[in-house]
Amino acid sequence: MTTLDASYTVRLTVNGEAREVQVPARRTLVDMLRYDLDLTGTKETCSVGVCGACTVLLDGEITASCITLAVQADGAEITTIEGVARDGELHPIQQSFIDNGGFQCGICTSGQIVAAKSLLDANPSPTEEQVKAWMMGNLCRCTGYYQILESIMKAARHDA
Amino acid sequence: MRDFIYHAPTSLDEALSLLEQHGEDARPIAGGTAMVNLLKQNLVYADHLVGLGGVPGLRGISRSNGDLRIGALTKHREVERSADVASAAPLLAEAYSRVATVRIRNMATVGGGLSHADPAQDPPPALMALGARVVLASTGGTRELPVEDLFVDYYETALQPGELLTEVIVPAQAPDARAVYLKFLPRTEDDYATVAVAAVARVENGVCADVRVALGAVAPTPVRATAVEAALAGQPVTPEAIRSAAEAVAGQVDPLADFRGSSEYKRDMAVVFTRRALEQALGLGR
Repeated sequence: MTTLDASYTVRLTVNGEAREVQVPARRTLVDMLRYDLDLTGTKETCSVGVCGACTVLLDGEITASCITLAVQADGAEITTIEGVARDGELHPIQQSFIDNGGFQCGICTSGQIVAAKSLLDANPSPTEEQVKAWMMGNLCRCTGYYQILESIMKAARHDA
Repeated sequence: MRDFIYHAPTSLDEALSLLEQHGEDARPIAGGTAMVNLLKQNLVYADHLVGLGGVPGLRGISRSNGDLRIGALTKHREVERSADVASAAPLLAEAYSRVATVRIRNMATVGGGLSHADPAQDPPPALMALGARVVLASTGGTRELPVEDLFVDYYETALQPGELLTEVIVPAQAPDARAVYLKFLPRTEDDYATVAVAAVARVENGVCADVRVALGAVAPTPVRATAVEAALAGQPVTPEAIRSAAEAVAGQVDPLADFRGSSEYKRDMAVVFTRRALEQALGLGR
């Protein structure tokens, strides 16, 4: 008989690597990433799926990891901010955030970059309106929105 | 969040058996965008969560005799982007595209959203204006309801313990009908509506025919504006007829005051946005 405090095996791929984690059913995906897998680049901020800081890719789609259960991600493929750079080379979007002052305190930055990467992967040359519409769920409480927009637009032009 | 037992059924029968077995102690979970929030805030206590992610056959959109059939596990984003929805019921694509942010729409499911029954959601008024029906399944069989009968009260539905919403059936918009969804957002673009209006209308020889209007965020449930529909039925399409019919919505709404506005303000905005929606649906608007 399964009990309330049972632990569950979650098997998933994180940044290209197969992982197996034991978690209680109530573990959120962001907590599993941070506490069980030590991937602390993903931040939890609002905890209710509104601010976008905890954005990761789940099976290729941007997802709020703070309102997703770890057990729901069983079998899934997850990409976190740690999986955006490849072979020690920053992704062009990361470099663009550095070059264009796309972050201040940095708490929202992982989510901003993962969300922006997902947009540019699907649409390498978005209009400014498309970027705004896509990024509207990524809040920056330092209010550095113009630099974030500029970082994404400049990265888009490099890719195109 | 309190501890719970997580079940991962691999068939609809198994899911329904689990829901039947655990009754009030069980809740289904699909995308989780609503349920995980409710669990985190201790607004729902359930010893058993029945995860639907592994249940086959409930995700996807198809056409059947002109109707759209949308499986309960279909994501909001899939409705928004579906070619079938775009051709049969573009109003629905518009309503689903207005929900929260893309991050939420990637996870939130059609069945989960409707079962959550937040009265400020975008899809319900559109589904009501389109005359949609929902299919509810249990171990005892299935039943079908008009979508407006699903909504009983604030976050409360006609779903009984052991029942699961499995499908939404949406009649195609008539080719000569105009449909509009207006969402009043005085705060931020990703917010819940302060007032939302969906209208579907057809004009025959300058006279209103088949007008259907429904509102969100103005009462404990989404509201079908039957008084507005009745006021317009058979009337010539004039700005005066529309203005006067829109006034009738005031008596059909019962808005909660919150940080988006007072009850009185929302009632006034319901009239304004109903008038604008009708002007567009009846071909007088910009």
